Amino acid sequence: MQKHTFTITMFAGMAVLAVLAQLGVINQYLQSVIMLMGVNIILCSSLNLVNGYMGEFSCGHGGFMCVGAYASSLVTVLCFSKNHILGAPLLPDSLALLAFPLALAAGAAVAAVAGLVVAVPSFKTRGDYLAIITLAANYIVISAIDNLEIIGGPRGFMGMNATVNAMNDLVQIPWMLLWVLGGTLFSVWILRRFVSSTLGKGVPAIAQDEIAAEIMSVDTNRMKLIAFMLSSGLAGLAGGLFAHILGYVNPHSFDIMKSTEVMVMVYLGGMGSLSGATLSAVLFTVLLEVLRPLEIWKWVVIPLLLILLMQFRPEGIMGNKELSDLFPKLKKYYSFK
Amino acid sequence: MSLLEIKGLTCRFGGLIAVNDFNIELGERQMVALIGPNGAGKTTVFNLISGFYQPSEGAITVLGKDTRGMRPHQVTSLGVARTFQGIRLWGEMSVLDNIRVSQHYRCGYSLLDCFLRTRKYMLRETEIERTAWELLEAMDLKDCAHELPRNLSYGLQRRVEIARAMSLKPSLLLLDEPAAGLNSADVEGLIKLVRWIHDTYPVTIWMIEHQMKVVMSLCSHIKVIDFGATIADGSPAEIQANPAVIKAYLGDDTI
Repeated sequence: MQKHTFTITMFAGMAVLAVLAQLGVINQYLQSVIMLMGVNIILCSSLNLVNGYMGEFSCGHGGFMCVGAYASSLVTVLCFSKNHILGAPLLPDSLALLAFPLALAAGAAVAAVAGLVVAVPSFKTRGDYLAIITLAANYIVISAIDNLEIIGGPRGFMGMNATVNAMNDLVQIPWMLLWVLGGTLFSVWILRRFVSSTLGKGVPAIAQDEIAAEIMSVDTNRMKLIAFMLSSGLAGLAGGLFAHILGYVNPHSFDIMKSTEVMVMVYLGGMGSLSGATLSAVLFTVLLEVLRPLEIWKWVVIPLLLILLMQFRPEGIMGNKELSDLFPKLKKYYSFK
Repeated sequence: MSLLEIKGLTCRFGGLIAVNDFNIELGERQMVALIGPNGAGKTTVFNLISGFYQPSEGAITVLGKDTRGMRPHQVTSLGVARTFQGIRLWGEMSVLDNIRVSQHYRCGYSLLDCFLRTRKYMLRETEIERTAWELLEAMDLKDCAHELPRNLSYGLQRRVEIARAMSLKPSLLLLDEPAAGLNSADVEGLIKLVRWIHDTYPVTIWMIEHQMKVVMSLCSHIKVIDFGATIADGSPAEIQANPAVIKAYLGDDTI
């Protein structure tokens, strides 16, 4: 029974949220907060694979999110809305529901390929030097898009709403909420499966002693390739969802500030813990909303909280433990594999 | 076909010749030692075999395969396992996980198998887990399977490191100073363990060791190098009587 409780709870939770949103119990604002939470969970848990499990310091996660956001947006805009590139939409609106997940997957795939920009140098470089490369990767992406007039350059890119509207025309339910929750579940699920397998445990082995890993038959280059591409691919998925929630993207919403925000969430939750990443993404999103009345002072209070956290609990909320490690009794009720 | 064949192995770092024209041929189930004063190039020989350095000249052949140009993990999957002079366990992973991850090359499933938990994935994982438990049981480490290595005593950590190397099911085991830092009781335990491994598994053991007690009681053949060059080669009794070896270790008495 406990084999399935987790899955059942998650899907039931998704259904309840969707029904509440449909009935209007959860208003538009709350819905957007929940969706943002989902996006942040994906970003935070995927960055955790590199910064937490692999012990590298990637500070360009926003760049990969940006690639995914633009790639999937380009697909949906070309397919379903009137645009200045091709003119009329390529596909009829009725296909929106089928094409949207494919567009998200395409965004993720393109972002994963962009991850090669960091993955290949990581074979020879590590630590601070690799961190600089990730930073450069972020800047390359932003500047490239800034200079691509055809997708709006610095003015941003829009038209994604057409796809969301097309889905709504088909069946009137809160589609984006469902896609985001589904995407979140998918991301955490494949990350969990990866890091708990013998194959995936090669990643923390690299973090703890790369030479020992190589001599104990771990193909370190392959593991780095997998870790970076999986991480950036999921960031791309988050980007695609984010773009379709807002219906508008601008290259500068994915700059170093965004990357830093994700890093803060990772260190807040604890490195090498998926439950920590999820918890901190939820907390961070809620905190940003709750502290909204403080206006600009919000940006004094949040960094202050971070300083205090680093002082008194430097390993983050969960350290490198999962929820079921901290509370072994929970194992009786669920197992997450 | 010999297990390991090294011919004319030379390694230069700039102007320094670390290993000079080193030759050895090892068959199955042998137990040999490589000794020499500090800085003689012993560990460099091991690093060359395991693929961390590329030889400047000469060839290394493992089970008929030339290892030049191979990366360390590729050499390892040919059946060459090694331990390190300083213990290099993965400190944040349980002993059991240490022994699971070291069987990485035997995973054999793709990333997709891993996500979907296919039958192939399940079979391989069960196999890996079973091998790990068998080894822990055999090497008397079952009780600390869920401990973190850094919480174990030094002697136990050595034992775990040797168990981890054995999980690769090697045909050649390279031990780099296994007795370094052990007290005399632990050294006795180590001698027993190495002898037991040699009797139980079909493995050739080649060790670098400074403690003569270990070398003399275990090895049938000893090779001595100094400044990268081989200065003696023979049975323990021959080595003990060899004037060149005594000179290398103790120096000349003329001032």
